[in-house]
This record gives sequence, structure tokens and C-alpha cells, in this order.
Amino acid sequence: MKIKEIPAFAGSEMKRFIGFIKKEFYHIFRDRRSLFILFGMPIAQILLFGFAITNEINNVDIAILDHSKDNTTEEIINKIAASKYFSIKQLITREADIASVFQKGQVKAVLNFEKDFSKNLIKDHKATIQVITDATDPNTANTITNYINAILQQYQKELNKDITIAYQIIPQTRMVYNPELKSVYMFVPGVMTIILMLVSAMMTSISITREKELGTMEILLVSPLRPFQVIIGKVVPYIFLSIINAIVIVMLSIFIFNMPVQGSLILLGLESVLFIITSLALGILISTISATQQTAMMISLMGLMLPVILLSGFIFPISSMPMPLQIISNIIPAKWFIIILKAIMLKGVGMQFIWKETLILLGMTVFFIALSVKKYKIRLE
Amino acid sequence: MKNNKVIQVEGLTKMFGDFTAVDAITFDVKKGEIFGFLGANGAGKTTAIKMLIGISNPTSGKATVAGFDVLTNPNDIKRNIGYMSQRFALYDDLTVKENITFFGGIYGLSRKRIKEKSEALIEELGLENVASQLVGSLPLGWKQKLSFSVSLIHDPKIVFLDEPTGGVDPITRRQFWEMIYKAANQGTTVFVTTHYMDEAEYCDRVSIMVDGRIEALDTPKKLKEQFQAESMNDVFLKLARG
Repeated sequence: MKIKEIPAFAGSEMKRFIGFIKKEFYHIFRDRRSLFILFGMPIAQILLFGFAITNEINNVDIAILDHSKDNTTEEIINKIAASKYFSIKQLITREADIASVFQKGQVKAVLNFEKDFSKNLIKDHKATIQVITDATDPNTANTITNYINAILQQYQKELNKDITIAYQIIPQTRMVYNPELKSVYMFVPGVMTIILMLVSAMMTSISITREKELGTMEILLVSPLRPFQVIIGKVVPYIFLSIINAIVIVMLSIFIFNMPVQGSLILLGLESVLFIITSLALGILISTISATQQTAMMISLMGLMLPVILLSGFIFPISSMPMPLQIISNIIPAKWFIIILKAIMLKGVGMQFIWKETLILLGMTVFFIALSVKKYKIRLE
Repeated sequence: MKNNKVIQVEGLTKMFGDFTAVDAITFDVKKGEIFGFLGANGAGKTTAIKMLIGISNPTSGKATVAGFDVLTNPNDIKRNIGYMSQRFALYDDLTVKENITFFGGIYGLSRKRIKEKSEALIEELGLENVASQLVGSLPLGWKQKLSFSVSLIHDPKIVFLDEPTGGVDPITRRQFWEMIYKAANQGTTVFVTTHYMDEAEYCDRVSIMVDGRIEALDTPKKLKEQFQAESMNDVFLKLARG
């Protein structure tokens, strides 16, 4: 008897739940504003950031310091000058001039050929060029280095065509002013984090408080639906939409901005789902402490967005923050997610390198959920 | 006789800190009765209702609704009651049909039953032409009537109406009370709060709450005799002014 009842009950529960989710989608798709935040914003943001921090360089002014002045260096210089990416602005003669051309901001890079370049190449099959870049704009500095390396490699290939022992031109890159290049490729993980946070936390907190504001929450609580069913029902559609968003962002990054994803896409997906749930839990927590949609929005923006932008390492490297802020940054879930994203996308590492960060996120999620359950109960009392 | 009582309340009390919102109220409501639950703003009506519908726990006292204890079986109560709050509570961005389907769904009605119900309900309210329109576009009076019908969609034993006619014109109020009578005639117990004293006259029995206590409880006729008043309005004023 009992056994028979359980599946029937579960079936009707499931139907109820599906009805609830359907209604939630009606809300979302009939509200232009929320649709815009959901889908317009992610695409706009990623394109904006993407094009603002573009990898393309054109006619970058460089200076040459040629200690050798032989055929080989001349050929290399000609090759660089012939490319559309660089224009040779100055030929300098002394090491001391390097600092001064950078300081005057006349060039973005200096190529420094060692003495007896050609001779070394023939004798030792090895010669060195120093590529010095101005890394106050780290992205450009990195791109310049890559382009010059590419040109050098091309030249090296031509040189080695009919030769048994290969000649090696060794570029020694040196970045001045910001040698660690902290913000390269940071924008994709950062924007992805912001968008997932925004969609998940802000949208859910607003949609839950909206029911409170309209009085429908009361009706739902008086219905046979349990409070947790109401909350889950409100949250599930946003999990779906956030996952779609994450996919769109990754696709845009890969296909429009050539962002590498070195690691496993599945791991990337799972970690994203974890972070989405963390954000949703935060959204639920916010909804329990705010009475109106406005409050929920303000708390989400001020309490979540600002810390994510300022303290997560998205824009400002955490390592250069004052100690108190570095400590505070640890309680921001976004910081850990950005570390995870960078690790998977740029370094291509697996779980064994990011389990600690994953565990922290998981712990935070459990904590937020427990806290909102507690708050929710107090409110019902 | 005892089975006839669908709501039984004994010494029900709710404290918020030092403040006693509901002070040991005792009453019962019979099956099929229209029970008016009156009181000035802040007298504790809404708090009392919240305890009866199982979304707020009493500090002390006992209450059973539809035969279930509010403390131990609030979920059984929820299956057997309907509720319409003083704030309009359908979804403006859903159509008439979608609202009916949604609320039928969360009360676990089968798809077939929902279809029957919604057709009957739309016909009864004369909403055929607007059934596929968003509820937000309907006039308030229609919304209130629809909201009441939706609260009855699962044929509850008791329906709680918390100031259902607030802000509605006299003609719609009249129609609304006709709907209430109809429901009561079909055996649904109606527990209603109101600010309109003429509406109190329509109730079978009326209780009047003052400062968290029930100061009077009887039929409108007997209350008027007891307080030597012309109308329920006078009864209310005499009580509320102490």
C-alpha cells in the first residue's frame, strides 16, 4: 500500500514542479528587461572587453639597437620593417638610450642585436636578440613579443632550408615596467565570472523578491508546495540560462578572440555549474534579507558586483593589493572561480591542481545555502 | 456535532518579543458557515489568519483547521484550504488561462481536471473573450473575482479571504458576495476579514478583535441587540473605542 503510494506521489510532485518551472520561464521571456540582462549583456560585455583589449597590433613604433651591423641583422631588420605590424622609428647606438626612448614613450619595443651577430651564428650556430617591450600595457607588450618571435622564426626557417646543422636565433624577451603581465587574457575569465554572478545572483534574488512584493509568495507558501520546492522551482530556470550563457561566452571567446581553452571543456563546464550554484545560493540569501526588488538589486550590485570587479583579481592583481584587501579577497567566491578558469583555460591543468579552489567554492556554497535556509525559517516564524 | 466544526481555536496566542499580537483567542467555525473576522488595522487579524493557514507558528494555544493541528500538520491543512490575500495575488504577466493552469497545477490537479475547471470558471466569470489576455490588462474587479475563483480551484473545505474586496467598487463587491454565498451554499466554509461593516451584515457569525483579543462573537443580529446598536458599524465603533 505504502509502496504503491510513493511513486504516484512523486509523479504528481514532479508535474507540479514542471508547472512551476514553466511559469518561471513565462516570467522571464515576457519581461524585456530581464531578457536583456540575461542575453544582451553577456554578449555586449564580452564583445566590448574583447575589442577593447584586442590582440591586433598595427604599425607599432620600435627602435633598433644594432651592435653588429652585418648582413644578417640587416636582413632581419628589413623583414621587420616590411611587416605591417611594425615601423622602425629610431636607430639607437647606445644601451643607455633604451631607457630614454621608453621614457619618452616614443617606441613600444626595442630590438637589441648582440655584437658579432652574424659571426656567432656561423661559428656557434647561435645568436641572440634581445626583445625589450614596454609592459605598461601588458597586453600589447605580449602581442609585440609574439609577433617579433614569429618573424624571427620565419627568418630562421628560411635560413635553415639547405643546412644540416640548424642556425638558431635566440630571442631573449624582457618586459620592462610590468614583467609579470598579470592581466593578459584575464578578461574572459573575469567577464565570464561577472556575468554568471550577475545572472545567477541578481536575477534570482530579484525574481524571488518580486513574488514577495506582489504577494504571490504568500499564496505559494499557503499552497501544498514546500518552501524549498518554491525556491528550487525559482532557481532551476536560472541554472539553465546561466549554463547557456557560459557556453555563449566560451564560444565567443574561442571563435572571435582566439582565447585558448587548453584544459578539459567538461571540467570547465562542471566548475562553471558549481560557481553558478554558488551564485544562486547568494541570490537566495540576498532575497531573504531584502523586501523589495530594488533592495535586492542594490545589494546584488553593491555587495556582489563591486567586490567581484575590484577584489577578485579580475582587473587589479591581488598580489599588488595592500595586505588587508588581500585577506578580504579570500572570502570572494569570484576570486577562486577566476583562478579555476585561468588554470583550466590558460594552463590546461586538471582537477589535481584546482581541487583546493573547488573545495573552497563548494564550502562557500554549502555555507550560503545553510544560511539562507536558516534566514528563511526565521522569516516564516 | 463536533465533526461539524471545521475550525477550532483554543487560547491561540502569538507573541513577537514582548508584544502580544494575538492574545489567547478562542472560537470555532462550523461547516458551510460564513464567518466574519473583524477588527481594526493592527488588531491582529492577519497574524491570526497566518497561524490558521499554517505559515506562522503559534506561541501557545491550540487550533485545528479542517481536522488538522496547525502545529503538527500544517501541510495537511494547506491541501484543504484556499487562501486569497488582501494584496492581489495572481501573476500579471501570465494570461487568465495560464494563471488557472498554474495554480491548479501546484494543488496537484490532473491536466484533465484543470481543463474542466478552467473552462467552467472562465464561463462562470464571463471571461471567454479575455481568457488569453494577460491578467495585468484586466480591471481590478475582474482580477479579484478571478483570484477568488482560483483560490477555490481545488475545492477546499475552507477558504480564507483576507480583505478580499479592498479597493473594489460597490457593484463588484455585491457580485463578489454573491460568489461567496454560492461557495458557502456548496458547503465551503468561508472565513473572511473585512473593513466594510455592511459586509459584516452578510456574515452568518461575526467576531470582532480588539488589541489581539476577541471582544465579541455572535450573529450580526444578536451583536446589535447586545450592544444596542443600529448597525454593525455602531457595534464596531462602540467596541473599538472601548
